[in-house]
Amino acid sequence: MTTPRETLAALRRSVAAMESMDGLHQGGRACLPLGEPLDGALAGGLACGALHEVFCGHRGVATAAVGFAAMVAALARGPVVWIRQDMAASETGALHGAGCAGLGLDPDRLVLVQARDGTGVLRAAEEALRHHAPRLVVAEPWGEPEVLDLTATRRLALRAAETGALALLLRPAAAPVPSAALTRWVVSAAPSASGRAHELGPPVLTLDLIRNRLGPLGRWTMEWDADARSFAPFLRAATPHRRLPAVPVHRPPPPRGEPLLGEERAATGQRIAG
Amino acid sequence: MVAETRAQARRIVAVDEEAARCGLFPGLALADARARLPDLAVAEADAAADHALLRALAAFAERWTPMVAPAGRRGFLIDATGCAHLFGGEAALLADVHARIGGLGFSVQCALAGTPRAARALARWRPGQIVPAGGEEAAVRDLPVIALGLDAETRSSLSRLGLDRIAALLAQPRAALAARFGDTLLTRLDEITGRRDAPISPLRPMPLHVAERRFADPMADPGTALAVLADLARELCRLLERQGKGVRGLEAGFFRSDGQVRRLQTATARPTRDAAHLAHLFRERLASLADPLDPGFGFDVIRLAVTACDDMPEVQPRLDGPAEADDLAPLVDVLATRFGADRVMRFAARDSHVPEAAARTLPAQREAAGRPAAPWPAAAPAGLPPERPLTLFARPEPVETLAEVPDGPPLRFRWRRVLHEVVHAEGPERLAPEWWAEGVAALSRDYFRVEDQAGLRFWLYREGVYGRETARPGWFVHGLFA
Repeated sequence: MTTPRETLAALRRSVAAMESMDGLHQGGRACLPLGEPLDGALAGGLACGALHEVFCGHRGVATAAVGFAAMVAALARGPVVWIRQDMAASETGALHGAGCAGLGLDPDRLVLVQARDGTGVLRAAEEALRHHAPRLVVAEPWGEPEVLDLTATRRLALRAAETGALALLLRPAAAPVPSAALTRWVVSAAPSASGRAHELGPPVLTLDLIRNRLGPLGRWTMEWDADARSFAPFLRAATPHRRLPAVPVHRPPPPRGEPLLGEERAATGQRIAG
Repeated sequence: MVAETRAQARRIVAVDEEAARCGLFPGLALADARARLPDLAVAEADAAADHALLRALAAFAERWTPMVAPAGRRGFLIDATGCAHLFGGEAALLADVHARIGGLGFSVQCALAGTPRAARALARWRPGQIVPAGGEEAAVRDLPVIALGLDAETRSSLSRLGLDRIAALLAQPRAALAARFGDTLLTRLDEITGRRDAPISPLRPMPLHVAERRFADPMADPGTALAVLADLARELCRLLERQGKGVRGLEAGFFRSDGQVRRLQTATARPTRDAAHLAHLFRERLASLADPLDPGFGFDVIRLAVTACDDMPEVQPRLDGPAEADDLAPLVDVLATRFGADRVMRFAARDSHVPEAAARTLPAQREAAGRPAAPWPAAAPAGLPPERPLTLFARPEPVETLAEVPDGPPLRFRWRRVLHEVVHAEGPERLAPEWWAEGVAALSRDYFRVEDQAGLRFWLYREGVYGRETARPGWFVHGLFA
């Protein structure tokens, strides 16, 4: 028996699916576009209702993988549930609200769950994927817990398929093992665009797609534009118009007041940057 | 028999029936008792254990009513106002109390009266009595004045005057008694005769609403217990619907037939009347218990109490209104119930330039109570890196550095035994301690954003201004950028 409330929720979901501009439908599958040329290999983008694994290319420092997850979260819509094992917080540091905001991910969309062990992470992830509210669930166990086997990933993938949410399994300090993931990534940091010694550019990540059930594999170096919330292919020889003079670290803060919409914020950013 | 050392003498505190038959009584010196019965079995008095036992018994007594308060060293009070009929009348209630507590192996004396003091005195001196409304004065007339619970000085002066019964006190003019012994005596006298009522202060806060099931036979199946809880939750939700309220906190009480009581709490992020959701929370709560609910010989009462509720007006959902599907509250409740409320967090922006203070997280369930609305920093403008790191270490990690100049960025540094060559660096950004808030002499920090040869980015700081605050500034990694 369905209550009127559930009927309404289902109706709303199907309307949202019809309306959604970011969910391209290819072969009936909704997905989250990451930008070209990634989307070409992914048949439209990161598939929703599926599990994706993200490994880290650096030994010891897993921030590149965490950063990639935060960028995907910034691209997605709706609430995000991020489940971390305590060990991940002590090894990589706790997620920082202002840092998320700096990457373009609204911290108010995040719900953080701290689990003591790998089992807890999996349990919380399954529970989160069972609900319809979160559109993205990030599960971050540390190392290689024994419970995280093929069966466990299959369960996560099934749950994600049921609700249509995007499930990201971050695997810091782990080596790939067989899993039910649709895609598998190895993410590492790459030197940023900078002609001078004392200046940093926007974050640059090397995304290595080492498993892809939907298309070809590939390796891309992408630059993240936090303000526009988009990935762009990174060109080693930076184009001159994009280069900026050295800036002092105390940059003028953007005007605060009314919450800005995406377009307005982009315009403000241009003004400050230029 | 139990003894304790009081005023440099070993004295008897309590005796069992056998010892009482032999003529021993509490207050007798242990040496005298030993002289009469050389092979006495004596146990040391343990006031703390007695107190704990009494508390446990009082918790057990909550099966009759939540208004239970421990009284003195060996008794407790039950406020049976308005609930005696549930047990088949006052006499049946008293018999039930006697039978159940007696069944646990205690010798019980109980009485029922209109005021707590009268009930206490009658239980001590006339056990088993049930005083009809207004009959307190007649019932306590021939009790000794000790029943008033007065201090030793007043007691001895009353006995010197020959006033050893309450009836004798009642015969005296009140003004004279007040002048001689103060107000306390009159207050106590009024309380015991029912002229003045003194409310009892219950052991635990009173729940707002209660629903319960009693079983004729103890019930030992946890699955049935959950079904009963779901049933009770539905009952409470119907009740709250009429008042336009929603549940914020619930407590389930499992009363075992052998006297053990187990209580489980759960809370919700926002008021709800969804009984299925509440039942699911208890299922999660039971599953997450470190020591599982042990039915023993079975539960005979299961009670569900609303400990907190909030206004929850009935709102007509609209198709174009805020989507309920985006409502995280039910998920937050489930996760908080399973992992603990302090493990399901949300970011709370705070207006502070000290990174640790700005990086606060709050339990997601408490968020609804109203959050301080400080704005988040804007996303990094195009072509620039974010100003703040994605992750922050709870405790900044010290690094060994090599710097060109004392107040410049490092050339290279060693963190977690790995050497990083600094390729790019930006800074310093000086953050001074909030001296007005902390009250401790913290050093100011110069923060640098640096990138190493592999593209890893760190948020480093140098603690202390070289030459002014310290001669040997230390370097730390405080966070990592994506």
